[in-house]
Amino acid sequence: MHWELELVFFSILIILALVALTVRNLLTAVVMLNVFSFLSALLYVVMGAVDVGFTEAVVGGGITGVFLVVLIFKTTRRSVD
Amino acid sequence: MKEAENNPIVSLIASIVSPFIMLFGLYVIFHGHYSPGGGFQGGTLMAASIILIRLAHSGQTGQLQFPATLNTPLGSLGVLIYYGTGLAALWWGGQFLNYAYLPLAQAISWRRSWGILMVEIGVGLAVMAILVSIFDDLLEDNSYD
Repeated sequence: MHWELELVFFSILIILALVALTVRNLLTAVVMLNVFSFLSALLYVVMGAVDVGFTEAVVGGGITGVFLVVLIFKTTRRSVD
Repeated sequence: MKEAENNPIVSLIASIVSPFIMLFGLYVIFHGHYSPGGGFQGGTLMAASIILIRLAHSGQTGQLQFPATLNTPLGSLGVLIYYGTGLAALWWGGQFLNYAYLPLAQAISWRRSWGILMVEIGVGLAVMAILVSIFDDLLEDNSYD
């Protein structure tokens, strides 16, 4: 891949991670992590590690997002006691 | 989970998409020994198809396709398939998981291919059942107060 495109992808990766860390809304953080996973999967595939990229896309983009959304759904922001 | 009424569009789309995800997961498992993918990825895809149905149909309806009571038996069966392949190789005179010693009437390279396929099936079953089990446990309504 051209190094300019790779630079753009890595910059977006860092921005996504920072947004996921700092944002108040937890659902937004989960979506940012999902996009992070898909983008890093794309980078793995470009670097030649197809197997690692596949695993990252399936686990990081699919299952982890569902589990985190369920956890947000089951918990509340403020404690009740 | 909160008892919301089923949205017909969401449940219809999930019902249409889910079998294709399951088929792709099976494809990934059964081609795992000579192309990218394998038991873990295929099992995760199959778990994703089952979890999609459970997300779209709330309550007991989502359990019709794959009831929660199957989780632990299937997970154990997957581990047993994996371990049994290794033990079969050990029993017939080789090392643990040395597929060349499996009792199949074929050339050694084919024996290795079938052995890897069996291990992949075991891993896929275990991963699928355990991921669905984690999802069910997360959604379980029990208060520990």
